Amino acid sequence: MDILSGLLHGFAVALEPANLLWCFVGVVLGTVVGVMPGLGPPATIAMLLPLTFLMNPAGAMIMLAGIYYGAKYGGSTTSILLNVPGESASVVTCLDGYAMARKGRAGAALGIAAIASFIAGTVGVVGLMLVAPPLAKVALAFSAPEYFSLMALGLAMVVLLAGRSMLKALLAMLVGLWISGIGTDPFSTTSRFTFGRLELLSGIDFVVVAIGVFALGEVLACMEGRAEGGALPVPKGLRNLLPTLQDLKDCRFAFVNGSVLGFLIGVLPGAGSTIASFISYGVEKAVSRRPHEFGKGAVEGVAAPEGANNSETGGALVPLLTLGIPGSGTTAVLLAALVLWGFRPGPLFISENPSLFWGLVASMYIGNVMLLVLNLPLVPLFAQVLRTPDYVLYPLIIGISIVGVYSASGNLFDVSLVVAFGVLGYLMRRLDYPAAPLILGLVLGGGMERALRQSLMMSQGDLAILATRPICAAMLTLAVLILLVPLFNKLNAWRLQALE
Amino acid sequence: MRARNADLWSGLALAVLAAYIIVQASGWDYTGPDGPGAGFFPLWYGIAMLVLSAALVASSLLRAPEAVDWRGAGRAAAVSGALAVAVALFKLVGFAIGFAALAFFIVSVMYRRPWPLAAAVAVGLAGGFYLVFPLLLGVNLP
Repeated sequence: MDILSGLLHGFAVALEPANLLWCFVGVVLGTVVGVMPGLGPPATIAMLLPLTFLMNPAGAMIMLAGIYYGAKYGGSTTSILLNVPGESASVVTCLDGYAMARKGRAGAALGIAAIASFIAGTVGVVGLMLVAPPLAKVALAFSAPEYFSLMALGLAMVVLLAGRSMLKALLAMLVGLWISGIGTDPFSTTSRFTFGRLELLSGIDFVVVAIGVFALGEVLACMEGRAEGGALPVPKGLRNLLPTLQDLKDCRFAFVNGSVLGFLIGVLPGAGSTIASFISYGVEKAVSRRPHEFGKGAVEGVAAPEGANNSETGGALVPLLTLGIPGSGTTAVLLAALVLWGFRPGPLFISENPSLFWGLVASMYIGNVMLLVLNLPLVPLFAQVLRTPDYVLYPLIIGISIVGVYSASGNLFDVSLVVAFGVLGYLMRRLDYPAAPLILGLVLGGGMERALRQSLMMSQGDLAILATRPICAAMLTLAVLILLVPLFNKLNAWRLQALE
Repeated sequence: MRARNADLWSGLALAVLAAYIIVQASGWDYTGPDGPGAGFFPLWYGIAMLVLSAALVASSLLRAPEAVDWRGAGRAAAVSGALAVAVALFKLVGFAIGFAALAFFIVSVMYRRPWPLAAAVAVGLAGGFYLVFPLLLGVNLP
């Protein structure tokens, strides 16, 4: 079946009334799950899995995929309005999204996030449709050394996330690496940095750290000032709440960058939307004509990571469907669902199950349109959250943070930890340590250590393995070049000063 | 305390953390029969942290000091303390009462709003959480 006839067949499947309904249910549920910190798509899909045995597989897959990409849309809402990242990939959105909200541009940030998600989500589906089989083969060429290099490249982005002090950004990143190392070593079962606490044996969940450092840290910092009980500014009128034409023009490259990078990184099993969003943000800042505005409310700083985050969904389905390799928690649950329904994802999956594959692809187009239609009109409504007086808003953020953490882990120890990380986040703000590098180190630390150790096992301890593999060497070289960017900037500044 | 001293103290605190990481990592296998051990990665980032924190301490001694807002820090410390007490209360009296007490404290003490308003916000928020999470979404509260 060629692509066009496959797509037409897919639309015939996806436009069946029952499947349309499941698509709608999926994207609405996904948006709700994305808005709520802690309750992620893997848990939601796992909870709903038993119910899908009563449905036809195409309808069930359409609904579960809707939850998956719908959550990516919803994840930006709390990041922009409350500085509470719902999932790891939304952390980067906090940086400029929340800054825009504080400047009275929450509506524009939410609108850009929805538009970037729509464009990138659609590009991701086109990618899934056109290049799934060949790209899956490329992804198979990635082994531990390449993954280590990819994560090193992601970690190098720290130089682009640094505030005024590179030294402090690097230290924050190292603290993130340390936190990622807390728990049981997966290779030797040695317990590391657990202070004798059983609760720490399984490590510290990313949600605990991100919510503590970003949300509670922000609340504590806001409590510092003389409390007036006012609200954040929200402009009146629908036109003033939505992104302007200039915003869209400013985001042209960000849409492309987020879409392409997100999809390509999504294809790599294990890389994930977090790396995609950090790398696309870094690239956007690196090529921007006004990099100094990033972190202070640059609209491209919202568009690029949100796009990457959504495009990654299409990419992540490539190894799942064509190779049977899940690259994340959500795709692992989706794989389990496919196997339980009696399918065998792999090279023959598309030809053996054209209705399911093309029906899913077509439903993702429809689902992305549904999400845009659902989300854009809701922007003014969501933006009104900021009209809430401080003395209601801040206890509300504290409550959402606590419930979010508790719903993810189910134990009070993590709630205590989130308070401790809140204090850490506050201190970092006051002492001018950027928070994003800490999260970057935390998210990449575990995978990076694992990939490095696997690489050295493969080479029997010889580090040359990282330099002799072409993809690996290219990415490490790029990482080193990125790390040198601040040095070049400094040299250039000195040169200009000398010329003057 | 001046900001220069704040950098000095944070640098020293990170140096202590780095030393702790290095000491702990030294006690674990650096390499084993299958390759790098549990101490391999922590040892290297511990050393990097020690070097960078030393650089921060050194650079803090070269910069001009800035004033620190102690009053603001005191307010943040008060909310942090209230949060810690509220979390401890969750175990004893449940989320609804613990959270309502925290919200009451923030509205009446930190924002100096009249106590009837503080009580209304506290009860409204705690009730709202109970309505939305356990009842509507089936999500457990602490």
